[in-house]
Amino acid sequence: MRENWQSRKGFIFAAAGAAIGLGNLWRFPFQAYKNGGGAFLLPYFVALITCAIPLMIMEYAYGRKIRGGSVKAFSKLKKKLEIIGWVQVMVPIIVMTYYSAIIAVSVIFMVYSLGHAFGIINWLSDPGPIMGMVTGSAENAMDLGAGISIYILIAVVFVWLANWLIVKKGISGGIEKMSNIFTPMLMILMLVFMINAVRLNGASIGLEALFKPDFSKILDPGIWVSAYAQVFFSTTLAVGVMIAYGSYLHEKADVVNSAFITVFANSSFDLIAGVLVFSTLGYLVNSMNVEFTSFGTGAGVAFIAFPIAISTMSSNVVVQGLLGFVFFFCLFIAGISSSISMLESFATAALDKFNIPRKKLITIISIIGFIGSACFASYAGFNYILDIVDAYVGNIVIAGLGLVEVVAISYIYGTKELRKEANEYSDFKVGKWWDYLLRYFTPLLLGAVVVTNIINIVTGLSSMDKIGVISNIIYGWGTVVIMIGTSIMFYKKKWTTNAQ
Amino acid sequence: MSTSAIIMMIVGLGTVWGGAIVTIVIALSVEKKNKMKAEKQ
Repeated sequence: MRENWQSRKGFIFAAAGAAIGLGNLWRFPFQAYKNGGGAFLLPYFVALITCAIPLMIMEYAYGRKIRGGSVKAFSKLKKKLEIIGWVQVMVPIIVMTYYSAIIAVSVIFMVYSLGHAFGIINWLSDPGPIMGMVTGSAENAMDLGAGISIYILIAVVFVWLANWLIVKKGISGGIEKMSNIFTPMLMILMLVFMINAVRLNGASIGLEALFKPDFSKILDPGIWVSAYAQVFFSTTLAVGVMIAYGSYLHEKADVVNSAFITVFANSSFDLIAGVLVFSTLGYLVNSMNVEFTSFGTGAGVAFIAFPIAISTMSSNVVVQGLLGFVFFFCLFIAGISSSISMLESFATAALDKFNIPRKKLITIISIIGFIGSACFASYAGFNYILDIVDAYVGNIVIAGLGLVEVVAISYIYGTKELRKEANEYSDFKVGKWWDYLLRYFTPLLLGAVVVTNIINIVTGLSSMDKIGVISNIIYGWGTVVIMIGTSIMFYKKKWTTNAQ
Repeated sequence: MSTSAIIMMIVGLGTVWGGAIVTIVIALSVEKKNKMKAEKQ
């Protein structure tokens, strides 16, 4: 008997928790900042309505209909398409290997924040040396002898242990229970941080930089592609997570409104992160005379800029340390609620095909995943290989899978039939516009995202030195080849359940 | 802050937060209606 979500609230918290991740914190704010500020919101909203929401409805509805993860979902469309299903669920496992290393840094900084609060080490005002000690340094991606971060390695054990403990308990006993605590807690804590950030001196300078619209950029097709990519990657679509979560919905559960709520919750978090990050950066620009991009446009913002800002919010080291602890705890929650969904995506697919106890399966994946994460605990792994693998798997492959998924489901299963099923028990109904978007508009835009990403990778390669090109081929294309090879291997194995 | 930045901030936050609130209210009202229907039966 297949498990079901115990409540709608639990399902929405789990789905929103899956979509809300560490990427929201630094990806959206800098995408908006670089692409016309407030003007970026226009293509962003269009992308929400024409891409994220229709795809989310599609994944929930199809998952609920098939009552299975991606592998079963694609094999029902056409036997050979099962390979696509396997590639789709391999992606989150690959992403988890390096994502866990980033969550691990949050765990380390939580511990150091407590050390700061107890007066053991004073580091929040100058986090650079601690960050350097934790992540180490390497010459390039091929410098594998540079060493391994024992800090990240130990923290990664903790991260995988947390994933294992939650996912092995299943949907209602593990993921739903934890999401009911984690997701609202994350939202409330981030709102508190945001309100505190807008009160800082100089916050308005940051908000001006983030929201001042430059409408001259709106006609640039690149901005529209960026907005679609942002919305698509941010909502955890096309990696089997939402199909898997949809498959545990009760057969009479709402689909349409739940998809709207999930997407709006994720976007709300995008905006909260935008205000929080740029208010804090505005404060630092005002008080330290730095640039908005002085701390980079990625994880450096969270791990360098925020500790500095926290250290100036109070002169009391206990308060500083506790604030730091709560902030990095937020990052940890955001990361874990996404990583459990990634693990579940693969687990659902594998449990559909193979007759294996959940606990045993989760244990095997967690051990393999930990070994993968250990590679990213190396200095070369964390500082270089992580970005390469993310560029190939996290960008090109996911967008490509999204394109294949929307075309396959829309044209083989049919949008008319799926719309009928999605509407049947939903709070409100979607019209024919949904069919047109999925059949024509969304594939066109996702195709543009795929082409743009490939062009960026190819042009990027031409400007690289020999080591850069070799490491891109080995780690980037190598990972893609391993993923496809493993997917073919799983595809060729016989179904040992009667789910087919 | 300039007026245009303030307007865009309100539009941005208003749209996504407003969207989230409206959809949650719809979900709650439908749930309440269904509950009342079930009780009547």
